[in-house]
Amino acid sequence: MDSGTDAQLLTALRAGDERAFVTLVRRHHDAMLRLASSFVPNVAVAEEVVQDTWVGVLRGIDGFEGRSSFRTWLFRILVNRARTAGARERRTIAVGDTEAVSGTEAAVAASRFDGGGSWASPPERWIEEVEDRLEAGKLAGFLRTAIGDLPERQRQVVTLRDIEGLTSEEVCSVLEISESNQRVLLHRGRSRLRQAIETGFGRPS
Amino acid sequence: MMRLRLWRRDLVCQQAVELVTDYLEGELTRSDRRRYEAHLAGCPHCTEYLAQMRKTIELTGTLTPDDLTPQMQDDFIALYRQWRADSPTD
Repeated sequence: MDSGTDAQLLTALRAGDERAFVTLVRRHHDAMLRLASSFVPNVAVAEEVVQDTWVGVLRGIDGFEGRSSFRTWLFRILVNRARTAGARERRTIAVGDTEAVSGTEAAVAASRFDGGGSWASPPERWIEEVEDRLEAGKLAGFLRTAIGDLPERQRQVVTLRDIEGLTSEEVCSVLEISESNQRVLLHRGRSRLRQAIETGFGRPS
Repeated sequence: MMRLRLWRRDLVCQQAVELVTDYLEGELTRSDRRRYEAHLAGCPHCTEYLAQMRKTIELTGTLTPDDLTPQMQDDFIALYRQWRADSPTD
């Protein structure tokens, strides 16, 4: 039962298959918890949001027409609930794309370039080192921490795009952000992750 | 009147690193893509940088989800059964 597409599991769930529900929950729980955590102040609230989302899924399952992927639909419900919960907890107003992606954030610190914009302190090498650690299973914890350290909106986009494998269109739909903001957040988030790996594992070339 | 583009000089590294995501997303204009690729051809550091960004994306994609604890699994089964019990349609 751990195999099967979301669509197959959904059909089984509609027919009242409890195992299909558990399989769907297991498949998406970690991503949902991570995404929810980026909107609310603590894990306990994030867990409530996830549970609440599944209740919403069960209630709304007959209305889901499959025009978007199940995952997009699921994450949209989650984000709506997480925004509401986050606003309640923080007593602030939840915002979507009205919050501009503002300011400048360089992919690489300006101090690493000379006055003409050429590398003064070029990228340190780490690809080979990291592959060894990946095989030893030692990299996952480091990466999770680095992703956890990203500013929340960057973390949301990187999680959905690069861990969950959503398309840019799906991410825009889930987070209700514009294509260009999505790309800026993705760029900043990925750039920070690259820098974190370089800081952790790089050696001067 | 002379077009702005004619005044633009070749990319420098500091600009090139900001184009990586647009490049990988296929969102650069054709002329910007040409300028970026021309820069890469002459710059081993920016070539390494692009390889590292690709590797970063690949590594992030290898993260596998944490599984549910048995306790959480039980909680969700309970949630499902509660919903079934409350559901008027069966």
